[in-house]
Order: sequence, then C-alpha cells, then structure tokens
Amino acid sequence: MKGLKTFAKGGVHPHDRKELASSEAIQSLRLPEKLIIPLQQHIGAPPTLKVEKEAEVAAGDILAEAGGFVSSPIHAPVGGTIGEMRSIYLPNGAKTQAVELLPAAPEGEEAALNPSSTDAKELIDRIAAMGIVGMGGATFPTHVKYSIPKGSKAEFFIANGVECEPYLTADHRLMLEKSSEIVKGIEIAAEILGPDHVYIAIENNKPDAIEAMSAAAAGASIPIEVVPLKLRYPQGDEKMVIQAITGREVPSGGLPIAVGTVVSNVGTLNAIYEAVELSKPLTHRVVTVSGNGIENPGNYLAPIGTPFSHLIEEAGGTSGNTVKIVAGGPMTGFTVFDPETTPVIKGTSGLLALTAKEIRETQTTSCIRCGRCIRVCPVGLSPTLLYKCVDHNDIDAALEEGLNDCRECGSCGFVCPAHIPLVQGMKLGKRLARRRKEAS
Amino acid sequence: MSTTETAEKTAQKPAAQNLIVSSSPQIHDRSKTTRIMIDVIIALIPAAVWGVYIFGIPALLTLVLSIVSAVGVEWLLTLGTKPSTVTDGSAFLTGLLIGFNMPPSVPLYIPIVASAFAIAVVKWSFGGLGSNWMNPALAGRVFVFFSWTGAMTRWKLPMAWSAQGVDSVTGPTVLGAVQSGLFDFSGTVSGPLEFISRDGLMPLDVSYADLFFGRVPGCIGEVSALLLIIGAAYLFLRKVITWEIPLTYFGSFALLVWVFGGTRFGLGLFSGDVLFHLLSGGLMLGVLFMATDMVTSPLTPKGMIIFGLGAGFLTFMIRFFGSFPEGVSLAIIVMNVFVPMINRAVKPVRFGTLEQKGKEAAS
Repeated sequence: MKGLKTFAKGGVHPHDRKELASSEAIQSLRLPEKLIIPLQQHIGAPPTLKVEKEAEVAAGDILAEAGGFVSSPIHAPVGGTIGEMRSIYLPNGAKTQAVELLPAAPEGEEAALNPSSTDAKELIDRIAAMGIVGMGGATFPTHVKYSIPKGSKAEFFIANGVECEPYLTADHRLMLEKSSEIVKGIEIAAEILGPDHVYIAIENNKPDAIEAMSAAAAGASIPIEVVPLKLRYPQGDEKMVIQAITGREVPSGGLPIAVGTVVSNVGTLNAIYEAVELSKPLTHRVVTVSGNGIENPGNYLAPIGTPFSHLIEEAGGTSGNTVKIVAGGPMTGFTVFDPETTPVIKGTSGLLALTAKEIRETQTTSCIRCGRCIRVCPVGLSPTLLYKCVDHNDIDAALEEGLNDCRECGSCGFVCPAHIPLVQGMKLGKRLARRRKEAS
Repeated sequence: MSTTETAEKTAQKPAAQNLIVSSSPQIHDRSKTTRIMIDVIIALIPAAVWGVYIFGIPALLTLVLSIVSAVGVEWLLTLGTKPSTVTDGSAFLTGLLIGFNMPPSVPLYIPIVASAFAIAVVKWSFGGLGSNWMNPALAGRVFVFFSWTGAMTRWKLPMAWSAQGVDSVTGPTVLGAVQSGLFDFSGTVSGPLEFISRDGLMPLDVSYADLFFGRVPGCIGEVSALLLIIGAAYLFLRKVITWEIPLTYFGSFALLVWVFGGTRFGLGLFSGDVLFHLLSGGLMLGVLFMATDMVTSPLTPKGMIIFGLGAGFLTFMIRFFGSFPEGVSLAIIVMNVFVPMINRAVKPVRFGTLEQKGKEAAS
C-alpha cells in the first residue's frame, strides 16, 4: 500500500502482536469481590470524596466530585457498599487514595434514556458531569479539551482510532462492535466544536475497522472521512496523528488547538455517546488483556476499580514464565508491581503479561553514538544527548535541548543497541525540572 | 496493611514476587552492541580470507597477533571491572581492523604495538568503548606508520605473481608506484594504469580487474574491493551502516578526482581516472568500515553527510598533493577530530519549531 498518509519523520515498526486478541469480541467481566476505585484517575486537580464508609450506593452515583475545572468526577460502576479508604499504587507507580466498593448482587440495565440536547454548553456540562476523560491513556478531562479558548477555532476534528501500540486491540474491537455509537459520539463532539472537517484515523493494519467505520460514517448526519494511515509507531500520538492527517505541526509546547485541531480517542467518543444519550457516566472501559504470559488473551469490558489480578484471573491466569505485568501498551506502559491492589482506571487500555522472550531484558552498556535514537525520534530530539544532560544533572541544558518536547513514545529506547534507559532519563529529567520550578 | 495479609498474598500468587519493574518501553527491537560488532566482523571475514589467500601465512600471523594483542590489552585494562567489556567484540574488531591495515609481511611486533596503542591510549584513556573520539584502529595504524615508516611501506607481492615470472618478493603498491613515478614526470599519458605500464613502475602490469578482485600488493585487508563491497552490503542490509557517509565520501572524492585527477598526467580538467582511484589503496576499507565507525562519526544523517564530504575532500588533497601516496587514514582521523563540532552544529529540526501554516490560518 503506497501513498497512505503518515507523520513526517522518525518512528519505528515493532511487531504489533495484535493477532493475540484482535479476534476476541469484547466480553463483560464477572464482578470482583471488591472494586478499588482511585480518586485520581485523570490529569488535573484531585476530586473530593463524597461517600462514607458503609454507605450504600447505586450504579452511576457520584463517589467523588470534580475538584475544580480541570478535574473530573468519579462514579460508582455498580451498586454496592462502600468499604475502606486505602492507599494504593496507580499503574504509573504513583501512590494515591482509593475507595473500596463491595458490589451488591448483579442488577439489570441501570441507565435510563435521556433525550439528547443540542446546546454546546449543556453538552459540555454533561460530559464533565459524567466524568469523561481521554481514554487513550492521557486521561485529560474531555470537557476542558472541548472548551475552546476564545479566538481559537477547531477547524479539524480527528477521531483517533490509530491504536499504534503493539498488543492493544481495545479500540479496534470498539470500532468493530460499536461503530455507530462512536459515530454518534463524533456527531456530539462536532455539535460542540463545529469543525470544518471531521476525520477518523485508523492504521491500515485494521482493514475490518476501516470498513466498519466507513459504513457507520456513511450514515452520519455530518460528512466524516475515514483516513487509513500507514502502519508506523507512534502514529497514535496526538501530535503525530495531527501531522499525518492535516500536515500541520503542533508547535513545541503548544496544544493541538494551536493548529486548529481537536483529537479524541474512539473509546472516549463511545463514552461521550453513552454519557450524552444514555446518561451513563464513565464507569467501565474496554481493556485488552494480552501477552504471551496470558492464557486466554481477550478484550474485557471492566468496571473502573477492577484489580488487575482479577482481570488476569478472568483471562485464564498467567503462565509461569511471566516476568513483567504491564498496564497499557508495551511501548509506553508501566510495569505493575502490586497487581492485587492496582486497579483498572479510566486510562487503562491494556494489561499485558509479558514473558522473558518477549521483553529481551539485557544489560545496559556504553553509548556507542550510533545515532539510532535520533533517527527514530518523531519530534526531532537527540535522546542520547538529553540522557547525558539529565545524567549529569544539567537540567538547564536538557530543557534547552527540548526535554519537554519529548512524547515518551519509547522509540529511542526500543532501538538503542546499548539498552540505555533513555525514556527513564527523559521522565526523570522532566520530574527534576518540575521539582526545581516548584521550589523556586 | 497487616503483614499477615501480605504473607497470604505471597502464598496465593508466587509469580507476582518475581516481576520486573522498569521504565517503558517494555519491549525492544533486539539489537545489541555486541551483535553490531559481530556483524562487522562477519562482514570483514571474506576480505580477511582473501588477504591470507594471496599473501600467505605471514598475513594470517599478523591478523591473529593484532587481534590477540587488542583483546589482551582490553582484558588487562578491564580487570576487576564488572561487567568486563572484553567480550563485547569491540576489541576483537579493533584488532582485526589493525591487522587489515598492516602490510602482509610486517615485522610482528608492529601489529602488537599498534593494537596496544589503539586500545590503551586511543580507546581507554578516554573511557573505553563509546568515549574515544578517534578511530582506535586508524590511530594505531598511523602511530606505527610514523614510528616504523620503512617497515610499514615495504609491500610483499601477491604469491601468485612469482608464478607469473616476478622474481622480487616486495614491490610498491599501485598508488606508491604512481606517486614515485610522478616525481620526475613530464609529458602526457592517458591515465595511471598506462603510466604504470609504460614506465614499468610495477613488476607486472595492473588492470582494473586486478584492482577490483584484489590481485595487487597492499595492506592485508584492503586489496579486494569486491569482497569489501560484499561485506558492506551485508552491513547495509543489517542496518549497521547507512548510506550517508559512504555515498558522500565516495561521491566527493570521485568528483574531485574526475575534475582534477588528469592534470598530473598532462591531461586537462575533467579527465581523471575515477575508477582507478576508487579501487586502489585503502579507500574501500576506509570508507566502508572505518569512516562508518559509529563512535567516531557524527550522530545525525546531516552530520554524516558533512563528515563524508570532508573526508572525501581531504583524501583527495592528501593523495594528490601530499607526500604520501595514501590519504584515507589521515583524512578520516582529521574528520574524527571535527565530529564533536559537527554534532554541535548539526542538530535535527525539532517538531513544531518551524513557522506554522496553522498559525496563519488561526490569525
């Protein structure tokens, strides 16, 4: 396939391993004994807890209210009894407060249909109230993203169905099984944003999804173009998908709206549809459970708060040679060290059990200045140089070299023949820079 | 959380206790520094076998001693460090390349000294693999070249030549023959090959095919252009080397030779013998295996292009206007010195830092 659109430079081609789970339909999950629901699931201010121990809640009840504009509420995925407050580790390793919810006996369909509104302000309020955040992994509150600053205009709206991370098939399955719902979500987003052009971006390793979304888009009330993209990582990154489709570069340090674009993940759009049309808060999400260490890889509709260990058990458990459990995709995901208490949150797209053969763990050796990290960096950084700056604690030099432009896509670390933890260096450098800024 | 609760979990899920926790990315393309070194060594094997085939046992001894000396010194210098770098293949490769750059019947202490100098002084005094700013093998060669210039310019002829009626055991390389012949030359001749043949500068006439296949005197590893190109093709397929340095190095050198190379033989501009110069001397070995050394070449593709152009220019200058017939080693070493400067000057353009079309549209 020639002539397909893609981003301009860098990028890598990891084996996509999607065959493990891509043909498995989304299945609902047997409820765990306990949901562990963290309060901080999004970027922004932590919400404030609104329930007490032993309180009875119904599905969709608010557990915690948004703690400001850039924040998002948390709802009960199912009815049940509130348990202990406890301190747990999020998938990314951060410690946070979580509330336990002991599910009551299974119930029927809970949500009632609401007539849809067409007022942009009302729609945004609804999206905010339903706790919608970006489900591609970044978990930025969607109502903030859709509140376009004065003087800016969303010329382009892109529904991101790229799903460039290996192994992950959650968005792929959603596009197959919920194509008309996603299109309705896109219509709602378009109602709010009023874009001139609406696109659905899908990499061409998912021809069935391209077909399904094209069919659904044909019946939409607005013109929607499905754009097949050339298979290349990290195409699903917001800046990359914008460049692939519009040809525009989001300025360094800027937001997509600076080039007149808003991007939402297809999972988020499905959640927007459910929030607006069905009054369903964001309490469940599709999680791909995969990797060679998983007995029965598949895609599960898991309530937020499902402990990872439960999800793994439901997928048949792990085989003995599992050495890493990863929340998210293998290129950007986090290794989990406490699967008993670390739960599914709104941004958890996958849960992988990887075997020694898959990860190829090996010793770090000296940089041989091959320059491969520079060749693959999609944002034109010199990872080896940045790593050295951070390693020497010269944060100023690292910032000068564009440290904050790093997308942490992992392409550099993926190709480094010396196995230098380049991304770890970037993350550490950013953290040191932030800490220093806070201190001054 | 109580300790009993933790203990209970441990009992239920023993697997969870041995999980690796690490930063992303969690997967890798499986490349490895050692694998790169092994690939380069594999690529050099055909030329090494050829060198031993045409020059005999002394060539083999030279190769073996170069390698043993390089690996031995690496081992000595890394005693007590953990993990030792002696098995990463880099010292072996340096030794092999030093052997490649030795005349076939050189006194055997010379490759030993060259390897020791390369590893101890050029590589390790700056911190070992990745920290040296000059190609160790080339620096080792240049060091012994200026220390024992006589021995380093005495060339054993290919063994097959004696069957063709050549009595002498040693003779000049083609580039050396041309260089010395030009000292008192005036007149016109069609090019270097005819020049050699007309004035009897070599014991035998030499053809392009001899140069291409490697039936000429020279350093052990440099003579066969064909086998070096095959090795480089393998490295290109394995993505160990990229096109930038070879293409610009060959290109700039060939262009200069074509434009100015004929003037020495009484011809006008644009009449130089490009093929002769590409195939003779250490150019193939130097361009494909030394200039492309990752550690001592620039980081970015653009930087590599500058490096290649510069090395091609310097090689031309030294070969045509210097006092030595051969200029590849010196040209690459001089360009090695410029690499930090090139790296500082040529950086990739950062995403989103150029003038935006979107800004115009938004304003």
